[in-house]
Amino acid sequence: MRVTSIRPVADETYALRFHAPDLAAALKPGQFLNILVSDLSDPLLRRPYSISNIVEEECEILFSVVGKGTGILAAKRAGETIGVLGPLGNTFGYTKDFETALIVAGGIGVAPFPLLTAQLRAEGRAVQTFLGARSASRVVRDGLDNLHVATDDGSEGFHGTVIGCLAQWLETHEAPAPRIFACGPNAMLRATQDFASTYGIPCELSLESEMACGVGICQGCPIERVEGERKYALVCTDGPCFDSRDIIFHEFHA
Amino acid sequence: MNTACTIGSLTLKNRVLVASGTFGYGNEVSAYTTLSKLGGIVTKSVSKLPRQGNAPTRIAETASGMLNSIGLANVGVEAFVSDKLPFLRTLDTTIIVNIAASSIDEYVEVLERVDGEEGVDGYEINVSCPNVKDGGLNFGTKCDMTAAITRALRPRTTKPLIIKLTPNVTRISEFAQACEDEGADAVSLINTLVGLAVDVRTRRPKLSTITGGLSGPAIKPVALAKVYETARAVKIPIVGIGGIMTWEDAIEFLLVGATAVQVGTANFRDPDAGAKIAEGMAAYCTREGIDDIQELVGAMQTAAQATAPGFVAAR
Repeated sequence: MRVTSIRPVADETYALRFHAPDLAAALKPGQFLNILVSDLSDPLLRRPYSISNIVEEECEILFSVVGKGTGILAAKRAGETIGVLGPLGNTFGYTKDFETALIVAGGIGVAPFPLLTAQLRAEGRAVQTFLGARSASRVVRDGLDNLHVATDDGSEGFHGTVIGCLAQWLETHEAPAPRIFACGPNAMLRATQDFASTYGIPCELSLESEMACGVGICQGCPIERVEGERKYALVCTDGPCFDSRDIIFHEFHA
Repeated sequence: MNTACTIGSLTLKNRVLVASGTFGYGNEVSAYTTLSKLGGIVTKSVSKLPRQGNAPTRIAETASGMLNSIGLANVGVEAFVSDKLPFLRTLDTTIIVNIAASSIDEYVEVLERVDGEEGVDGYEINVSCPNVKDGGLNFGTKCDMTAAITRALRPRTTKPLIIKLTPNVTRISEFAQACEDEGADAVSLINTLVGLAVDVRTRRPKLSTITGGLSGPAIKPVALAKVYETARAVKIPIVGIGGIMTWEDAIEFLLVGATAVQVGTANFRDPDAGAKIAEGMAAYCTREGIDDIQELVGAMQTAAQATAPGFVAAR
């Protein structure tokens, strides 16, 4: 696919758009793409990226530079190409019986939420977004509604975790018929899972995982199920979106 | 131009198969490739009972390779027959069922369960998975055990029997010879190399099982050397496996003595890789004026045999 633009949206964080009319028409919030950044063998595998937005015939992903693959992606310029496999995975599977969306994102876990926000807006729902970041310079704000920021270093907003920020906000605000949508590091998702359970709020988690294929053939992205015939679900084909009550995080889900 | 080959009683339309564990049971990737362009599909390992596989984390990328510790997660033989085989039967390509087990009796049991089933064309016996506690490498690194498994299975089927060998031994050709002596139709090599990767931030291994199986382009030179060694020791066909990403890689394996190849990790990057490689090999033969791709098998020229343009070997 042909890259049409790449722009910084926060420190070491970029929004990359590419032209893909068929994908743009098919993608739903929560789904992901498996992207090959180079024809070379190192990095070897594709990387999964949430679809963060769709603008006419263009798809957008958000990513932070963390290693070789994302470094190559950040150096792409308009006109260059990337290999894209998708749409992959399921969508946020909520039913319509809620009024307030509480979006909880950690770091680049913000990626699926501009597109979800657009859908929720179109449905006329209230959206409150809680975003945790290391510092103010890492906060991605594009496409989000009613943003509440928590930073590790206290440089903006709530000084502490995003769950602390959410808890504090809920103490002083009404959130009729809430539903949580969360994406971020597994430690944050575990905390969100606990929070949702404690307060009895329905919650969907969008999981990130090491993933070789994205289509269910490598079996490399298991997440333990609470119950069911199979002990493990696959993040790529059974997810990435799960009801928080259905999965168990392992110690290896650092 | 002839791209076909025979393995035992089986004729493959071309020499590119997809490796076990890298292509599911075919249905998962049917939207991304034309399965009939493959010489064959080697299924994900089938064991007697379903296996859940190892705990996360199961994969880690390394330089030009990947480590995996899947742990033979599979649906088990009954679900394979009822749920997976019907789709595989519809395909215009060869289906080779990969069997894994934790005892000789279990190998026999699984093979006998599927042997009468329509759509099963042959078997690849996995004696060499490094990622399971029971069986796995315990079998594949013991020559007498590899021979005993082959001996037990041979009389149970008239279909081709391919034994998949591990490189994690001193001399792989001795294992291949033992398989040949016991009546195996072919050997496939190499399975993954035992490897380890560490996260320096957490100081923990990247895989939950600490070590895993290394695959991908990083292992291709090792695989070529093992195929070369084995080709000089046995007469049965060798199916070469290890880091094949392109048609050029596949031709290299033929030149060192492989009759056919399996494409593995490349499927994760591109589910259409096997079909592209088969087409690339055929196009190469056409360009080179090769009528039968068999001409390439074992045709690597070493220094002593060199026939560079203008060079006349002294007699």
